[in-house]
Amino acid sequence: MSEKLDFNTPALLRYRKMRYLKDRMTTAFVGVGGWSILTAILLIFAYLLYEVMPMFASAEMKQSASFSAPANSRAMYMAMEEQNEVALRVGDDGQAVFFSAEDGSVTSTIDLPFSAPVMVTAVSTMSESSRLMAVAADNGEVILAKHNYLVSYPNDVRVITPRLEYPYGDAPIVLADEALTSVAISDGEEALYVAGSNGSELFVKVFAKEEDFLSGEMTLEEVDVDVPNLDFKARDMAFDADQRWLFVLGERYLTIINMASAVDGDIEVHAREEVPNARSMEMLLGGISLLLGYNDGHIEQRFMVRKPTGWQMELVRSFEGDANGDVSGIITEQRRKGFLSVQDNGQVNIYHSTAHRHLLSERFTDTAVESWALGPRATALLLEDTAGTIHRIEIKNKHPEVSWHSLWEKVWYENYQEPEYTWQSSASNNDFEPKLSLTPLAFGTLKAAFYAMLIGAPLAICGAIYTAYFMAPALRRKIKPLIELMEALPTVILGFLAGLWLAPFMEDNLASIFMILVFMPIGVLLASFGFAKMPAKFRFLVPDGWQPALLMPVILIVGLICIESGDYVELLFFGGDMRTWLTNEAGIPFDQRNALVVGIAMGFAVIPTIFSIAEDAIFSVPKSLSYGSLALGATPWQTLVGVVLPTASPGMFSALMIGMGRAVGETMIVLMATGNTPIMDANIFEGMRTLAANIAVEIPEAEVDSSHYRVLFLAAFVLFGFTFLVNTTAEIIRQRLRKKYGSL
Amino acid sequence: MEKKSKLNVSDWYKSGEPFVWLNAAAVAMSAIAVIGLLAVLAINGFSHFWPKNIASINYLDPRSQAEYRLLGIDVDDVTVSREQLVSSGMDHLVDNDVELFNRQLLQMGNRDVTGMDFAWFVEEHYQSVEYPLGAMILERREWGTFIGFLRDVLEDGQVVASSTGEGEVNSDAWAKFEALLARSESLHRQIIALEKDEIGSINYGMERIRLAERRIELEQPADAAVQLAELAAEQAELEGAYQGMQAELVDLYRAFERDSFTAETMDGTVVTLPMAKVVRAVLPNALSIPQKFVVYGDKLWEFLSDDPREANTEGGIFPAIFGTVLMVLLMSVMMTPLGVIAAVYLREYASQGPITRTIRIAVNNLAGVPSIVYGVFGLGFFIYFVGSNIDQAFFPEALPSPTFGTPGLLWASLTLALLTLPVVIVATEEGLSRIPKALREGSLALGATKAETLWRVVLPMSSPAMMTGLILAVARAAGEVAPLMLVGVVKLAPSLPLDGNYPYLHLDQKFMHLGFHIYDVGFQSPNVEAARPLVYATALLLVVVIALLNMAAVSMRNRLREKYKSLEM
Repeated sequence: MSEKLDFNTPALLRYRKMRYLKDRMTTAFVGVGGWSILTAILLIFAYLLYEVMPMFASAEMKQSASFSAPANSRAMYMAMEEQNEVALRVGDDGQAVFFSAEDGSVTSTIDLPFSAPVMVTAVSTMSESSRLMAVAADNGEVILAKHNYLVSYPNDVRVITPRLEYPYGDAPIVLADEALTSVAISDGEEALYVAGSNGSELFVKVFAKEEDFLSGEMTLEEVDVDVPNLDFKARDMAFDADQRWLFVLGERYLTIINMASAVDGDIEVHAREEVPNARSMEMLLGGISLLLGYNDGHIEQRFMVRKPTGWQMELVRSFEGDANGDVSGIITEQRRKGFLSVQDNGQVNIYHSTAHRHLLSERFTDTAVESWALGPRATALLLEDTAGTIHRIEIKNKHPEVSWHSLWEKVWYENYQEPEYTWQSSASNNDFEPKLSLTPLAFGTLKAAFYAMLIGAPLAICGAIYTAYFMAPALRRKIKPLIELMEALPTVILGFLAGLWLAPFMEDNLASIFMILVFMPIGVLLASFGFAKMPAKFRFLVPDGWQPALLMPVILIVGLICIESGDYVELLFFGGDMRTWLTNEAGIPFDQRNALVVGIAMGFAVIPTIFSIAEDAIFSVPKSLSYGSLALGATPWQTLVGVVLPTASPGMFSALMIGMGRAVGETMIVLMATGNTPIMDANIFEGMRTLAANIAVEIPEAEVDSSHYRVLFLAAFVLFGFTFLVNTTAEIIRQRLRKKYGSL
Repeated sequence: MEKKSKLNVSDWYKSGEPFVWLNAAAVAMSAIAVIGLLAVLAINGFSHFWPKNIASINYLDPRSQAEYRLLGIDVDDVTVSREQLVSSGMDHLVDNDVELFNRQLLQMGNRDVTGMDFAWFVEEHYQSVEYPLGAMILERREWGTFIGFLRDVLEDGQVVASSTGEGEVNSDAWAKFEALLARSESLHRQIIALEKDEIGSINYGMERIRLAERRIELEQPADAAVQLAELAAEQAELEGAYQGMQAELVDLYRAFERDSFTAETMDGTVVTLPMAKVVRAVLPNALSIPQKFVVYGDKLWEFLSDDPREANTEGGIFPAIFGTVLMVLLMSVMMTPLGVIAAVYLREYASQGPITRTIRIAVNNLAGVPSIVYGVFGLGFFIYFVGSNIDQAFFPEALPSPTFGTPGLLWASLTLALLTLPVVIVATEEGLSRIPKALREGSLALGATKAETLWRVVLPMSSPAMMTGLILAVARAAGEVAPLMLVGVVKLAPSLPLDGNYPYLHLDQKFMHLGFHIYDVGFQSPNVEAARPLVYATALLLVVVIALLNMAAVSMRNRLREKYKSLEM
């Protein structure tokens, strides 16, 4: 009697339960693990987008406080310090008041050292960031004062102590003996200029600076100047940063006065522009561009451009505002090429000059705004209205310099003759205008990819056709691993060989390279014709599908002859050196590391990618199709062209696309084999800078979360998106093809 | 019948034969390009270690008509036309009736004496060339190589041996010189061991104490005073050990700098050089071929096992090999399990609908996304986001200097893990899909759960595919440079990321990498000419490693295919 097996003993039950539990756990683990890994991969996409998005967010303004002005006088000028904690207000009674920019409580009050009680009639600064202001009064005196802030940390608490300094002494400069309606100042390396007007007359004082070698103390020496007589009412005036021009805005005209030789006593009117409706004027950061505000709310940016005929003022771009209000004031940012405009109906607009962006318009007061101050970081704004209330407004405006216009279109940068595509992301000084045009980089990327495909694609496609269709299997087994090895070669090695070996070699043997391009096909054709002419006995010695082996010596010999004879060809036709000939005679600029070098090196890199996919596509065309064609009497070549290639063409197309994707994203080869200059020139003998190489060069130095950093992320995102799209299309085409063959 | 039928061109053209041949030529050219590239690397890379003969050349300067002697090694030859010579400033050759010239690049060394160690000369102006047996080449710790003739050997300032002439080797002087060199070399090794290992670990300990103190200061624990006292005692102990070692070091240095020698350069100047600066001395012209092979092997070993010298242009590349291997290992450890889980999920657990298909295509395509994009992601996400948060949470004592909020080994490995994840997923999936369904069903039919089938049947059978994926991933990671430049590779790391100081593996450290070494030395080095051979050798090493890895992957893949072919029967 066999004992009945009990499958339900407690131990077995426990065991089964355990197994069941384990199975469930594995399922859960693999499911969760699989999903989280796949999500992690997709995180790349999300993160790139997350870094890019803030660039396109618009600005925000929010009123955070309002309080009454710290003095009863009329505000002539206001300014704020770095931390937006302390502000300065200069009233028309000649008092400068430092007050808290958060609640309006007065920190200190200073009487400006005029020789007698006066009314202040105009205040102007050289630039907001210099904090040097000229205060003009109704007795014709001007005081130069600088507001400074000392930051200390007693008990780990930040304390800001404001101070008013007089860098050129506290004695007023007497510019005229009557009331000044406008004033301008420029403090340069070698000279100090002060200009003013009583409404109809121009006064200029020029001081040459002399430094005492021992004490390092600066003394001013006044230079006598002839001031041209101006018959207009001056509203406002400003110097440019180079102290070359003085711009005077009148009722009807903008007068440009040449100050280039003011130190020698010469001042002359250079030109006069008609600007009938201009109401206000300000210099943009850097002191090159002039901003003019008009009565219909729009603002024009102009600067001086050197033309063959001489310096000329050009209208560069204009910005729209609210058409129902005069632009009563323009406030420039101190770190960027952005500015704000204040209109007399109370509207405040934020703009950026290079990006040609109007970021925001908002209104905080019902009455006109009388005075304003913008913090150096452009994060807070004080507006004083005619009722004597100060509104404090917080501004969030992180990336105004980026726009579709500044990234992809021609931009007229300061100091440029005309609009251009330029990538120049950083410079040493603060008032540099970042030039963030991705166009030259995208162009360089496509240029590199184009030349790579020009060289790589024909070789890879032709090679794939032969390998898949004509080649003897024994040879095929040897060639395929070789090409796979080619795919595995690190691109840093290809780049290094291209830059250090191929580029100098090509420079020396330029003629040989072109001779190879011409004579190689001819040599191959001659050899094959010769082979066809051979007696049959000899021809049958070589089995079918071994032509490449036969051709190798031919190619080597042709190549060798071309290289050896290159020097003589250069001697005969190019006066000894083709490179010099190209530059001097043909007028083609030549870089040693150029697009041709990149094309060859990167062509080498894309050959295996294209080759293996195309070969796969051709090889998997069902044999029955070609047998049918051959049986009907077509030659192998006719079968290939008429039957096999049309069937495999989607696969070959996807091979080309994937190769293209690889060429676009390749970094090291381009980095090493070109000069990496971002130029827009299709010349094969010049270099380029690609998106990928640009990222590699610049991102380690880019300040985190700056616009530059985010633009580089955008470049990465563009690369990612482009290659992903190309590859997906190619993959879908390939899968369709596979399905089609399956049905055949 | 195939007789001597007359073949005319148009028939031949119509048959399509010429196009077939052109296609064949494309294959041949691709093959030649690969082989040629490997040959260029091999020739330049292997020849770097060969002790080349030193030529003594009587050179007639055409400009001054003066004749002088050159002593150097032929490094490169090119043919140039007169035009090229003129445009490079040698216009005094114009009235010569020769059109083509041979220019030779001579390595003359002695950068400290003459200021330039490489120069081009026109071979046509050589009056005579000979190879004096006494010519010696020295590799030095600074100023590059020295080429000249040995004169006096000085031990502690006293001349102990001297040699004259050029045509032969004074074996006594040379033997004495080599003996003193061997002594200085052994002292140098002791100094390095002391400085790097022992004093290095003391410095490391000091830094840890400083950070611990800072931490106590920040956290203000209840027993702060006790802890601080303990740290102070520890510090005093280290301080004492340091003083002792410092004294020992001073003695070693004194002994190390004792000897010197004089040597004559090509123009007859006699210079005195300290023995301590010499790394290797060879008399190449006097060596027989087997002896040269000994020198070759010695130099090759130095290349593989030593630290770089002279801004990476000389010496070895050991730290770069070490860094590459360590980074790849860490990457593999992180990436393989993840890749396998993702592949198992996609193939075994997910329902095979359009979503899975889409995900599969997306994963495939991630392999084609430019590597620099991964670098940017690694820099932004891992370093600036994750890293700086880790710093704030766990390493506040080191702030503001970042610990993990800066490029380093961990982030480099993670970035590359992400980069190579698709490779492993694709390969593993392919392996899984090749396992016949019958095997899974057999296992399930015998009562195994799905998990047991997976663990006992499916995974073991697909392990070769995983290995293939892993090897391909490793090969890709070893050659990848662009993302690493952003996330942790540096041109010169002061110490290896794995050492004897707790916690032994320093994931936050920056490291050296073979691929980046090639880029940096070849393109950022101040003396590219001197660095070039080393770059070739490094490139050759990298190619050999990657080629071997690839071949391993390919053969494993083929074996796997064979195995399952038999199962499908």
